[in-house]
Amino acid sequence: MTYFLGILQTIGVHTLLGLSAYLLLLTGQLSLAQAGFFAIGAYVSGILTVIFGLHIFPALAIGAFIAGFFAFLVGFPALRVKGLMLVVATIAFSEIVRLFFFNLSWRVIINGIEVGPDSTQGFREIRYFAANGWEQIDIVGLIWFLVIAVMLVLWWLDQVRAGAVLRAVGADELAAQSSGINLTRVKIAAMTGGGVIAGIGGGLFAHSTTYIDHHTFVILLATFAVSYPILGGLRSVVGTLVAVIFIQGFIIEGLRFIGDYRYLIFGLLIVLVMNLRPQGMIDGHFLADIKKLLGRKTMRGKVDD
Amino acid sequence: MIEVRNLVKHFGGVRAVDGLDFKIKQGEVFGLIGPNGSGKSTTVNLICGVFPTTDGEILLDGIDLCAIAPHNRVDAGVARTFQNIRLFGELTVWQNLWVAWRDQPGQEQSWISNWFRRSPTRRQEIQKLLEFSGLGDKANHLASNLAFGEQRCLELARAMASKPKLILLDEPAAGMNSAEIKDLCKRVLTMKEMGMTVLLVEHVMELVMNVTDRIIVLNFGKPIAEGTPVEIQNNEAVKSAYFGSSENTEGGAS
Repeated sequence: MTYFLGILQTIGVHTLLGLSAYLLLLTGQLSLAQAGFFAIGAYVSGILTVIFGLHIFPALAIGAFIAGFFAFLVGFPALRVKGLMLVVATIAFSEIVRLFFFNLSWRVIINGIEVGPDSTQGFREIRYFAANGWEQIDIVGLIWFLVIAVMLVLWWLDQVRAGAVLRAVGADELAAQSSGINLTRVKIAAMTGGGVIAGIGGGLFAHSTTYIDHHTFVILLATFAVSYPILGGLRSVVGTLVAVIFIQGFIIEGLRFIGDYRYLIFGLLIVLVMNLRPQGMIDGHFLADIKKLLGRKTMRGKVDD
Repeated sequence: MIEVRNLVKHFGGVRAVDGLDFKIKQGEVFGLIGPNGSGKSTTVNLICGVFPTTDGEILLDGIDLCAIAPHNRVDAGVARTFQNIRLFGELTVWQNLWVAWRDQPGQEQSWISNWFRRSPTRRQEIQKLLEFSGLGDKANHLASNLAFGEQRCLELARAMASKPKLILLDEPAAGMNSAEIKDLCKRVLTMKEMGMTVLLVEHVMELVMNVTDRIIVLNFGKPIAEGTPVEIQNNEAVKSAYFGSSENTEGGAS
């Protein structure tokens, strides 16, 4: 049971990570800064509960806010460049963040125990949940509550004009600009939103694993973040969730017995999807087919009546 | 309405537009024609701000457009279509217009409502514009699934959605069949009746000669003739720019 709840935790946290990249990918921007925002969310909310003794909810909120703030700041210089240069710029950002926390030592004595980030030794004592009597099932519940909340917000965004504008910028920047869309503003808004979502994910990750160090926030994590929406497709937020379940649940957990070779399968899968289904696993036609299927059922129902 | 003064654009050593002057009056359909590479599309791109001008002024109702960021030129009243269709293919037909939509002056919705609400009245207005464009029954189709002629119509509708004072049509008839061109003629004339000012860049003379009030002819980035369609048709300089002068042809043959 604990094992499956553990997988659910991982899938939930990675879904948030994937959704943060999804939001930015809607505007056509491929960013590897998500690992940096995730790290900021993790360290900031961890420091807040451990050193400042804050409740988990404000700690998560402040972590997400600060991650979003950095996304906003990074957005201005980073989004001036496009494509490969944006990838390079955002990798640089993620590495700067990682190396900052790699060097950050902030040890404080609380209740006779020395706690806090300990540079190379990592940040070990993020025990808010254990100290406050949260069961693992409660933690999983909190993670999935937030995952579903974020998914609903992103789904809702697609129902209003803001979502259409995000996709318009992703489809054709020149046409969007000629339709009166401020490209910089839209991209920075998406970057900031992505930063907030990654920050929430980071905060949840730090508290559910109780131990974080800089190794977690390497570029591989950012690669995962962008691969989920790319594999799942950008038609729907559900695609990202399906991709996370597939990669984390099936490839990373299910194929644990083949050891680190499964990362090879992950790479192979990305290459295959890019070539066979560049629009992602779940695309417009797939959704239309599902709708048709459901539509037929209701039609049959009417006939039966 | 719009006044272009000594417009110059150099791409490195290439003088794409080299000292262009013209004025378009309110409610006029103004043709901009010329052989390939004569600087027509560049002129459109300069007015929209796709790239900055090298020199010269573009004044819209006395406001210098060059000082306005490209996306804000839409609010100043300039909209355009593209030579090679650029729709938001993954969005539905009506969403394409929704993205570009501007409310009538004086009836603007609040910022929140503009971005985060689905206003039914706005949806109805978009539907009206779609019906005007002959796309009334295609509102929920993906733009990329439309036929070529329909995509051209949608692009025109999207330009109109921002309620422009001046609309720039960059070869709207390219690739259209003669029935579609006739439809387009009617639509441009209707736009004129609605009080819009139109700058039409076009190769299809059937369209240009039927709808324009005045025409300017460019060659190598410079104006070589200006006048009514009839005047332009009889202009020797224009004939030689398009077909080569008679001396040249004889010289080549000998």
